[in-house]
Formats: sequence, C-alpha cells, structure tokens
Amino acid sequence: MADQRSNGAWMVTPVGAGPVVRRVVLGIVLVLTLLILIAPLALIFSSALSQGIAVFFRNLAEPGTQHAILLTVIAALIAVPLNILFGLAAAWSVTKFNFPGRTLLIALIELPYSISPIVAGVAYLFVYGTTGLFGPIIEILGIKVMFALPAIVLASMFVTAPFVARELIPLMQVQGTDEEEAAVTLGASGFATFVKVTLPNVRWAVLYGAILCNARVMGEFGAVSVVSGNVRGQTTTLPLQIELLYQDYNVAGAFAAATVLTAVALFTILIKVVLERFSPDTHGRAPGH
Amino acid sequence: MRRSVIPGFRLSLGITLLYLGVIVLLPLCALILKASDVGLTQLWGILSSPRTLSAIRVTVTMAAAATAFNAVYGLLLAWVLARYQFPGKRILDALVDVPFALPTAVAGLALTALLSKNGWFGGPLESMGIKVAYTPLGIAIAMAFTSIPFVVRTVQPVIEDLGTDVEEAGRSLGASDLQILWRVIFPAIFPAFLAGCSLSFARSLGEFGAVIFIAGNQPMKTEIVALLTYIRLEEYNYEAAAAIAVVMLAMAFTMLIITNAVQAWNLRYLTKGNA
Repeated sequence: MADQRSNGAWMVTPVGAGPVVRRVVLGIVLVLTLLILIAPLALIFSSALSQGIAVFFRNLAEPGTQHAILLTVIAALIAVPLNILFGLAAAWSVTKFNFPGRTLLIALIELPYSISPIVAGVAYLFVYGTTGLFGPIIEILGIKVMFALPAIVLASMFVTAPFVARELIPLMQVQGTDEEEAAVTLGASGFATFVKVTLPNVRWAVLYGAILCNARVMGEFGAVSVVSGNVRGQTTTLPLQIELLYQDYNVAGAFAAATVLTAVALFTILIKVVLERFSPDTHGRAPGH
Repeated sequence: MRRSVIPGFRLSLGITLLYLGVIVLLPLCALILKASDVGLTQLWGILSSPRTLSAIRVTVTMAAAATAFNAVYGLLLAWVLARYQFPGKRILDALVDVPFALPTAVAGLALTALLSKNGWFGGPLESMGIKVAYTPLGIAIAMAFTSIPFVVRTVQPVIEDLGTDVEEAGRSLGASDLQILWRVIFPAIFPAFLAGCSLSFARSLGEFGAVIFIAGNQPMKTEIVALLTYIRLEEYNYEAAAAIAVVMLAMAFTMLIITNAVQAWNLRYLTKGNA
C-alpha cells in the first residue's frame, strides 16, 4: 500500500513539470517565438498597411505586380496538378507493390528536398540553355523554354516534386493492400479500385500535399530566379517582383506584394490545422516541407 | 518477386520514373556533365580561389551557428509542445510551420526590415553596438529562421511517445531530475534530435532567398555559396557556376547520407525500445 502511494507521488511531477522550471522554459520559448516567428509576420502586415489601405491596394494594382500575380497563379495551375499525378503514381507504385530498387526509388523521390533550389536552377540551365544539353535542338524547333514560363514551371516542379508523394507514402504504407486486393478479387477494374477504394482513404492527404505544394510553387525564389531571367513585367513571378520592388527602394510596394504570399502561407497552415483536427488520415508529422 | 493481384504497376511505375527522370535526374546529370567538361586543373582553380573559399567558409560556419541555435530553441519548443498544457498551445504549434509555408524571399524581406538600422529590433541592437543586418550574424539568423521546424518536428513526436514510465522507474531508483533528464530522457530523444539538426544544417547550406536580402552580399565577407553561383551565371561564367553548383550538390549528398544514417540508427533505437 505504501508503495502505491509513493508511486502516485512520483507521477505527480514528471521532469520539467515543477512550477518554476515550467514557467522558465515556457517563458523562454514564448519570448523567442514572439521575437523570431511572430515579429516578422506582424512587420509584413504593418509595413504593407503603414501608408493606409488605399495606398496598399494601389500598390497591389500596379501593372508589374498584377502581371507577377497572374504568372505565379498560372505556374501553380500547371505545376500542382502534375505534381498530384506524380505523387499518386509514385505512392501507388512504391506502397502497393514490392520490387527490387524500391528503397532507392523512395530515396530518389525525396532527393529534391536536400538540393538547394539554386543548384536546381543552374542544372536546368545546362539542359535547356543555349549551351545546354538540349540547347541546339530547342533552337532548331524554335521553342522558348529558358527565361520563359516552361522553365519557371519545370524548376518549380523540381523543387516541389516530393510534396504530395511524401504525404501519401507513409499513409498508404500503413493502410496496406488488403482493401484493394478485396476489390480486385470481387471483379473491380484497376481504375475503379483506385477511384472507389484508394482515393477516398487518402483524399485529405492529397489535399494537404497539394496545398503545401501550391504554397511552395507560388513562393519559390532561388530556382525560379535562375531560370526566369527576371525580365521585368514578363518573367517575374511574385517573389521575384518583391525583390525588384525592394531594389527600387519601393519598400511599401514590396511589402504589399509580400502580403499576398504571406496570406497564402497562413491559409496553408490553417488548412493543415483543420485537416489534422478533423480527419483521421493526416496526423503524420513528416518533417521537411 | 511475388506477383500482386492489384493492377497498374507498370503504369504507375512508368509515370514515376518518367517524371523523376525528366524533372529531377536529367538536370542533375546535365550539371555534372557540364562540370566534368571543365577539367580538373581549371576546376581546382575555381574552387581554390579566395572568393570561393571565403563563400564556402561563411556558408558552413553560419549554417553551423544557425543549427546550434535551432538545436536549443527547437528542443525547448518541442518539449513545451509535447509536455505542457497552456492556453494558446494550438497557435504555438501552428506557428512552428510558418518558416516552411512562408516564401523565403518574404522571410528575407521581413527579417531585413526588422534587423536593419531603422527596424524594430535593429535600432535598439545597434545602439547596444550589435550590427545584425548586412553582417554574418544576419546570415545566421536568416538560416535559423528557415530551418527551425526541422528540429521541432523530428523531436516532438519522440517526446510525445516517450511516456512517463521510464522517468518513474528512474525516480523510484532514486535519481534526481537532472540525472533523469541526462541519463533517461536525453538518450531516448538523441537520435531524433541529431537527425533534426542535420536536416536543419543541410537546409541552411542551400538557403538563398532569405539570406541574400539580409546578407549585404559583400565578396569575401558576407557572400554565401549559393549567391556566388548565381553571380557567376550572371557573368556568363558557366564553368565556374557549374563547378560551384557541383560542390553544393556534393555537400547536399553528404548531408543526405549522414541524415539517412542517423535516421536508420534512430529507427533501430526506436524498435529496440519497443521490443
């Protein structure tokens, strides 16, 4: 009996739960978070709105910024669906089948995470640039890839290739192949099995991966700045436009453009919180987006 | 290989390999091909030039400083999120994802404005004699900002899974809080902690957008490797750009191998713990 009582006493204060330690640790974390994570967010909105809401909207309506927003949206509209297709195909092949080289393939899928976007941009230049691998062929065909929309989309796809796949692979690994095997044995076609059995099980993970991917495509700076050529009013995506405005000492304009991307980022985080709370299939905390 | 009853293997593997080949592997091969064209003596000349060496030194030391900061702050943050209950915890948890979701150019712009002479923090700091913007310290802060979530998100689930039974066992044997922390808890989270730190370091080595705004970009002083690559491209010096980019690629691969080794060790550790 005595042992049980003292056992209970030990459980009351796990390490770090004493009132003083708790207050100190929590205090340090909250102050650092305020300084490092909250202050930049607050500054973006306060700088953008510092000259009033009318000036803010005038800055956003500037033709250069408008064009940059349009280009960014177009790039995302092409890159994100292709990435979803790749993510589904990659996850389907590595989780529903066992084949030699599977582990290597998973490592390859995650490779873009560890490569600097600048390296990705430079690498694309050596494929599609005038002195690149396909440079001569592209010139003969008369297609413009480098310093134009195709290169922007391709570089964005490189950087975000793992996003959807990374959400799906751990989830589909846990789910296994039983349900699909049952469906196929009962006579369902491959396509029907995929649409009616697999997809409903992973739809929230697909949505979450797609939204993360979208935020990154819209915000990608390093890779895009190498391959876009940065032609004013033509190949500047929104992050590049922010840099141009900043170099022109138009800080208010730069911050106005930055609020658009900040809003996209905050929306992405909001969706993540909502999905984690309400759906059972996305509580994996995969680091590395 | 056992034949699966599920169809679609060839189609899905085909799409995967085609996409990876065209989007990821082809450009990387082209880069390596270009760098191998350069020739060893010239390659050595580019890489051993004082400006390249200085850029590598600045990048590696500041990435290490950023990782050291993230190691401490990230660990505390993960601990607080896993162990404490307090109002606003959900918001704090969501805030951890800000550096991943916020574009690096936006982060760079905001950090520069905060820490330059007229900024909220830059003014008070400069009156204390600390210059942050346009110095190596600024580079380290930008790198730290963009890679904070790596440490938190790798360590947090491990602390959550740890449970209090091991602590209770330690306490019943008469260990003090510090002994339990050092001898019981820290060894259990160390592999995950190390994996998070190496991810954070790897990301810092390649960071571009956030850094170039705040660095001031002075050659030999605050120039990072990624920026030097970019500058060589703008000068149409493709050989040098390819050579430096290949060095960055090599650093990334090294970090990838280290991280994977640490994670494999981590996994073995976890399964041993469960057995």
